[in-house]
Amino acid sequence: MQKVQKYNAIMTGNEAVAVGVKLARVGFISAYPITPQTTIVEKLAEMVANREITAKYVEVESEHSAMGAVFASELAGVRSYTATSSHGLLYMHEMLHWTAGQRLPVVMSVVNRSIGPPWNIWSEQTDSMNQKDTGWLQVYCESNQEALDTILMGYKIAESSDVLLPLMSMEDAFILSHTSEPVDLPSQEEVDSFLPGFDLPFRIDTGTPMGYGSYSTPDGPFMELKRDMMESMRNSRRIIERVTREFADAFGREYSGLVEQYMMSDADYALIASGTLASTGKYVVGKLREKGWKVGLIRIRFFRPFPDEELVKAVSGLKGVGVLDRSVSFSPAGSMANEVRAALYRKSNIPVAGFIAGLGGRDVKVEDFQNMFQMIRDGFSGSTYVNVRGGA
Amino acid sequence: MFEIRFHGRGGQGAVTASKILALAAFNEGKYAVSFPFFGTERRGAPVTAFTRIDMEPIMLKTQVYTPDAVVVLDSYVMNSANVTSGMTAEGFLIVNTSMMPDEVGKEFRVATVDATSIAARHGLGNKTNPIINTAMIGALARVTGVVNRDSAVDSVRELSPRKKDDNAEAASEAYDSVNLGWAT
Repeated sequence: MQKVQKYNAIMTGNEAVAVGVKLARVGFISAYPITPQTTIVEKLAEMVANREITAKYVEVESEHSAMGAVFASELAGVRSYTATSSHGLLYMHEMLHWTAGQRLPVVMSVVNRSIGPPWNIWSEQTDSMNQKDTGWLQVYCESNQEALDTILMGYKIAESSDVLLPLMSMEDAFILSHTSEPVDLPSQEEVDSFLPGFDLPFRIDTGTPMGYGSYSTPDGPFMELKRDMMESMRNSRRIIERVTREFADAFGREYSGLVEQYMMSDADYALIASGTLASTGKYVVGKLREKGWKVGLIRIRFFRPFPDEELVKAVSGLKGVGVLDRSVSFSPAGSMANEVRAALYRKSNIPVAGFIAGLGGRDVKVEDFQNMFQMIRDGFSGSTYVNVRGGA
Repeated sequence: MFEIRFHGRGGQGAVTASKILALAAFNEGKYAVSFPFFGTERRGAPVTAFTRIDMEPIMLKTQVYTPDAVVVLDSYVMNSANVTSGMTAEGFLIVNTSMMPDEVGKEFRVATVDATSIAARHGLGNKTNPIINTAMIGALARVTGVVNRDSAVDSVRELSPRKKDDNAEAASEAYDSVNLGWAT
């Protein structure tokens, strides 16, 4: 039978991530289980037990300790990995700042899950949106292939001497984490020639003792160190573009840097979305195009660094745009909508609609996307909720 | 695109069935996606799982609302859940039961298979908790033709954690013994 797909495996997002960690030759793993992330570290623990990988796996009693453990191993110069979700990520919050502030290029997977109360295990991005100001790069994946590939690209970006900031790669709970999809698994040789070994220039070395995490007065280097972090975050855009190109050359898979544009070349209206919502959004764009609607979709892959210049370019020529947030923010709109509006301020005067949808895993259906595109075409520029009982 | 929805209870293997079907389609060179929807994570609770099969990449990531086929692993689920929601008259409804299709209904293309007895004959699970998902895959292959017999049976063998041959034989027997409620 003629194959229409060119993939060599079918697996869940969490399995694909675990394979990515193996291929990246990670040397140290520490994690605490939480639904729906658990199957990533289960798989990795199995690989360690079977000696498929030589990484050291340290069990801990909490996510705070897990991040503490990978902080230490990374500072010793060992490529390190952890994964979490939801409340586990919130429990890590303090250590996220320490890891970024110490300039340690850890890569972590976050399986996006809602925050209680009430308890809920389903897909929502509030957990990682709450970490947007911790100094971590943030990538929102839309397929299992991208979840795997982002582990490989992630270490190369984070470990670049022009970046040296940690990176978190997001998978939507269940919609990627527990969904089986075709995946093209690269060989170890291919990955080895793309991703070099890790060499941290300031690793702990008893031969050359240094102070780490020291004290700084207001006139000490504190403000300059924070300025440097913010500048490195901005500079990482260049490295992201470069590594994305190198990845395409090595593996033949093209990603789009910080922002992906889908059917945008002649579009009048567009929806800005991330993660798997962008995937369904593309499907709906295709359906609406069949009806003659000139619509497109802009996918935010990287939310940190924030792609402000890329978005200004992407919306130029449009008559209206909307931003879809799957998270809770107690500000005028969702986190992505707020930042898009700030980026477009005085650079564009098109209406920017803000939509909050899919909280607690509520399915965002095809008709919900059609309604959003209809509102964008109608010039809506406010902020509202999608498919909520009792009215928006 | 062909969309399949599985209805069962926690512990009956609806999620594994959705994966076996996706693997079978994948091995035939098609695009395939499978995913679960867990209500509450406990044994005995109603569970839904989905598979999509297409000749093009599958971008749609919502649940399945207009299934081309519905597979019911536990006929008692039909008392509490509207398993035929979104189906058209052309849709296939495949039920694990000892009843004949016309006793189940005539609104859809109904097929029945006694997967519970098949599982017992092949020593799969036990009397109170028979493993019936692999037989249902055989029946689904016969009824819909969305995957062929060999790839269905091979995928059952590949993804069965134990008793691989017994599960494969159960799928084969279900393929041969499923009752079709319409003229083919």
